[in-house]
Amino acid sequence: MRSCKLAGALVLLLCSSLTPGAADAQSQNPRPRFGKPISEADIAAWNIDIRTSDGKGLPSGKGSVAEGRTLFAAQCVSCHGENAKGGPMYGTMVGGVGSFTTNTRVLTPGSMYPYAPILFDYVKRTMPMTTPQSLSNDQVYALAAYVLNLNGLVSDDAVMDAESLSKVTMPNRSGFVQDDRPDTSAKRCMTNC
Amino acid sequence: MQRTDVARGSKSRRAAAMDKAADPSSFQTQARRSFLRSGMALVGATVASASGIAAARAQRLEIPRSALEMGRIIELEAYGMPSKFEATVKRRRSDVLVNRQNWSDWSMTPLQDQLGIITPNGLFFERHHAGVPDIDPDKHTLVIHGMVKQPLKFSMSDLMRYPSVSTFYFLECSGNGLTDWTKAASTTVQQSHGLLSCAQWTGIPVSTLLDEAGMDPAAKWVLFEGADGSAHARSIPIQKVMADTLLVYGQNGERLRPEQGYPLRAFIPGWEGNVSVKWLRRIKVSDQPWNLRSETARYTDPMPEGKWRQFSFVMECKSVITRPSGGMKLSGPGIYPLEGFAWSGNGTIKAVDVTFDGGKNWREAALEEPFLDRCLTRFRYVWEWDGGPAKIASRAVDSTGYVQPTVAQIAKARALAGFVQHHNGIFPWSVSSNGEVKNAIV
Repeated sequence: MRSCKLAGALVLLLCSSLTPGAADAQSQNPRPRFGKPISEADIAAWNIDIRTSDGKGLPSGKGSVAEGRTLFAAQCVSCHGENAKGGPMYGTMVGGVGSFTTNTRVLTPGSMYPYAPILFDYVKRTMPMTTPQSLSNDQVYALAAYVLNLNGLVSDDAVMDAESLSKVTMPNRSGFVQDDRPDTSAKRCMTNC
Repeated sequence: MQRTDVARGSKSRRAAAMDKAADPSSFQTQARRSFLRSGMALVGATVASASGIAAARAQRLEIPRSALEMGRIIELEAYGMPSKFEATVKRRRSDVLVNRQNWSDWSMTPLQDQLGIITPNGLFFERHHAGVPDIDPDKHTLVIHGMVKQPLKFSMSDLMRYPSVSTFYFLECSGNGLTDWTKAASTTVQQSHGLLSCAQWTGIPVSTLLDEAGMDPAAKWVLFEGADGSAHARSIPIQKVMADTLLVYGQNGERLRPEQGYPLRAFIPGWEGNVSVKWLRRIKVSDQPWNLRSETARYTDPMPEGKWRQFSFVMECKSVITRPSGGMKLSGPGIYPLEGFAWSGNGTIKAVDVTFDGGKNWREAALEEPFLDRCLTRFRYVWEWDGGPAKIASRAVDSTGYVQPTVAQIAKARALAGFVQHHNGIFPWSVSSNGEVKNAIV
């Protein structure tokens, strides 16, 4: 990469010194730079992404299963239903482990997420749908704890924070394979195929 | 020869519409008219050449009303709209898979009515996760940070001062056709394939801005994040970002529509639609992917033994016949123009073959220029239908030599269960002896 750039610069140098008239007009133009410097501190309110494999980016704060249950009843149940088993808007967020080898795969945070911090990232950036990004970090941890508990992945007295959420073992942790396409090798048969 | 037939069919269709407009007694509901029109458009050429001649001699032509009066004035200013006779040509929300709310939902392009490779902006398909925001471009900010020497912010006017590029690319949702691979659920090609559109995109290479910010040599992945209510985000490998990913503010010669990400979106050529993050507000550079919900629990492919294929970005070579297609009706044996689109996220289209017997025998269709990289290509074939049952389908070949597979071939490699993604199988329509064209996937 670096040597390529070096070689490119050398060629440019040779071209411009040997045949200045033929040099690419574009390369002599000043390079536009219109970005304004900003500090990471000033981006903090937007910097909400969590690297879910190890929880990098998870903020301070904590929340319990019990707190999550109360919050869910107040802010989530109208769409997701009692005990997150599905409501008028969305299907269940509970169960589904073991269903992927059947023809009816049930996708829930419990069955599908390879890493528990996905719950924090997704709830923080999207929920509740009518007022996204309105929950405090403590509230998001509490909801993560509650949904994990409904899926039997943490105990009734669990408290989630940056450290404990990253340590939850998810059933689908090794359920993913990388893209290996093309995975077909069709032939262009024209007659009597 | 083929070109002429298509043109005549189109003229005849317009004439039919005008005649109807002049005669109030011939009023029909829009839906009924649209349905009839599809069939009439197809037989236009044959009507004009055979029975049409006899009819013309039996009745003297009147001067049409449009030639006997002044038309509408030129408005002082206006955004021009399609003819009122084209009112049925609409983008439509998914009604095969009916969502119970319409913020995280999708609408589909009427491919049966798309007459060229470019999708008009008002018909371009939609997929949103929390509805369409209305963002004031003067207040929109893009930020680049993470593994860079200097985090930077840009206003829209900053971004539009960079030299711009314009390129034609298709955009297809990874879930296009997900309702129809194990059963024939859709009636029309709009429902089965309408999460596909194509446009000319104008913007700047993302690499320009990443170079300006001074990317860390150890950078491997980039996060794109939207400013909408879902803050939709995806991890993208740095090679693709630096190779050809654009920051786009123009579409088909005008600024992006709100539903396409106004004022700014990412555009990642040839890849599944949702990675081209709309309402783009943030680009973060890192050395690892984020593994968000949108790249684990969603947009992953069900695979055998309960597995899921992840980061399967490319939309592979695919094609579909749009005319005739589901819901249309052929009115008797004769010559019909068979047309459709082919596309590949891996390059250009090299060939398209068509079958009339369900895949036993194939004939090469004519391709129409331009042959653009990762863009729709039109194909056509003049078909003489003998009036018997037929099963028509198209099969595309791209510049890598990849041949569009059958559903059965895909099913050997992947699991066709639930939310099937990235499905590019050959899609057949049946034509019954009464001329009805139906989805024949199973």
